[in-house]
Amino acid sequence: MREIPVQDVIDAVAAMCIKANTELPDDVRAKFEQAMAEETSASAREVLRQLLENADLARDTKLPLCQDCGLAVFFVEVGDDVRVVGGNLREAINEGVRKGYADGFLRKSSCHPLTRANTGDGTPAIIHFDMVPGDKLKLVYMAKGGGSENMSRVTMLSPAQGWEGIKKFVVERVAEAGPNPCPPTVIGIGIGGTFDHSAKIAKQSLMRRLDDTHPDPDIAAREKELEDALNDLGIGPMGLGGKTTVLGVKITMEPCHLASLPLAVNVQCHSQRHEEVVL
Amino acid sequence: MAEYTLNTPLTDADVEKLKAGDVVFLNGTIYSARDAAHKKLMELLDAGKELPFDLKGAAIYYVGPSPAPPGRPIGAAGPTTSYRMDTYAPRLHSLGLKATIGKGKRSDEVKAAMREHTGVYFGATGGAGALLSNSIVESTVIAFEELGPEAIRAMKVKDFPLLVINDCHGGELYVKPRLDTAG
Ligand code: SF4
Repeated sequence: MREIPVQDVIDAVAAMCIKANTELPDDVRAKFEQAMAEETSASAREVLRQLLENADLARDTKLPLCQDCGLAVFFVEVGDDVRVVGGNLREAINEGVRKGYADGFLRKSSCHPLTRANTGDGTPAIIHFDMVPGDKLKLVYMAKGGGSENMSRVTMLSPAQGWEGIKKFVVERVAEAGPNPCPPTVIGIGIGGTFDHSAKIAKQSLMRRLDDTHPDPDIAAREKELEDALNDLGIGPMGLGGKTTVLGVKITMEPCHLASLPLAVNVQCHSQRHEEVVL
Repeated sequence: MAEYTLNTPLTDADVEKLKAGDVVFLNGTIYSARDAAHKKLMELLDAGKELPFDLKGAAIYYVGPSPAPPGRPIGAAGPTTSYRMDTYAPRLHSLGLKATIGKGKRSDEVKAAMREHTGVYFGATGGAGALLSNSIVESTVIAFEELGPEAIRAMKVKDFPLLVINDCHGGELYVKPRLDTAG
């Protein structure tokens, strides 16, 4: 059994939190540049120009890309042949969040749902654990902004509604959200599973690279179909009109109950702040 | 579309000339307030107490900045989504508030209040918090320090880049989604 000292986890998590919040991923930058080349309206181009300048400035000054440094969401894959020694893995991740959000001058946005009192240190992180073969520990972190999360929805469609029903719900959701989630957004879609699982796989979809292609050609084609439909809405950058309403659509599909068609639409910010590390 | 440089406090004449789509570079002092601070402002008004800043001609910025790192007056400071403050904005406009700054759609009630009381809603680029912080030269917490990022701050801004989203004549810049042709 391989052993990883708990401090390695804490340090890796802290570093990921800071990097994701201050460095625009290269696939996102490439999408911004591509959108800039395709947009013809002055306001759409100005928004994209500001987002690129924002990314340069954040990289150079280490200011966060956005003041909302999100709730800290993690997808963790624990190999069967590895364990963390000297402490508990969940607590280590939370400690890493505390350290990263403090050292990186990141905004702590976690609060009591009713009193709204801030927990003060960015925790608790939302952590999804999975057990996988091997002796590695993989940690994927996402800074999940509130403005885009608020525009997300889970619904239980009737099986008869099928793909057309899914498409209608997704298009109407993004149309209704309009300028609120800082478009252009990235849309994670979970189809299948249960009520809760659809939301989880929708979020997990957002950990993919923007420039990848889904290995299943059928799902890849559906992602493209939705992306085109959403961009046809014409909402554009910040809702000012334009061709770029979404930067990408990422679908995860899993089996569901005979009676159900769960659907989750998770909206993510343009800067798609996420990082991963394998220990 | 016109471009203006304006100073706070804003006058009716400043606001009346603005049309949806105009670019405004704002100078002077603006006040940060978001969900929790608005709730507290309402409690003060209900109790007949004085507000921590003068609403007359004021501009409120819906923002909860990240902590200031050493050597900078403020951390990242971009707009938060405005609709959550829609329940509070009409009352503040009726008491002299001239402008709000945020991102995203406003309710019909807020638009009506801006028409009635000569107010304007500015949009700043969402998710460009690092860039926007460059236009904030000074920031001081003036109320509700316990709210942390949600405290009310007096922010001195220099050429803060804004777009008129809703003007006081009923004009709106946001496009309507083309639901008929999509897909
Ligand atoms: S929705 Fe906009 S303001 Fe909120 S976290 Fe995302 S980019 Fe930042």
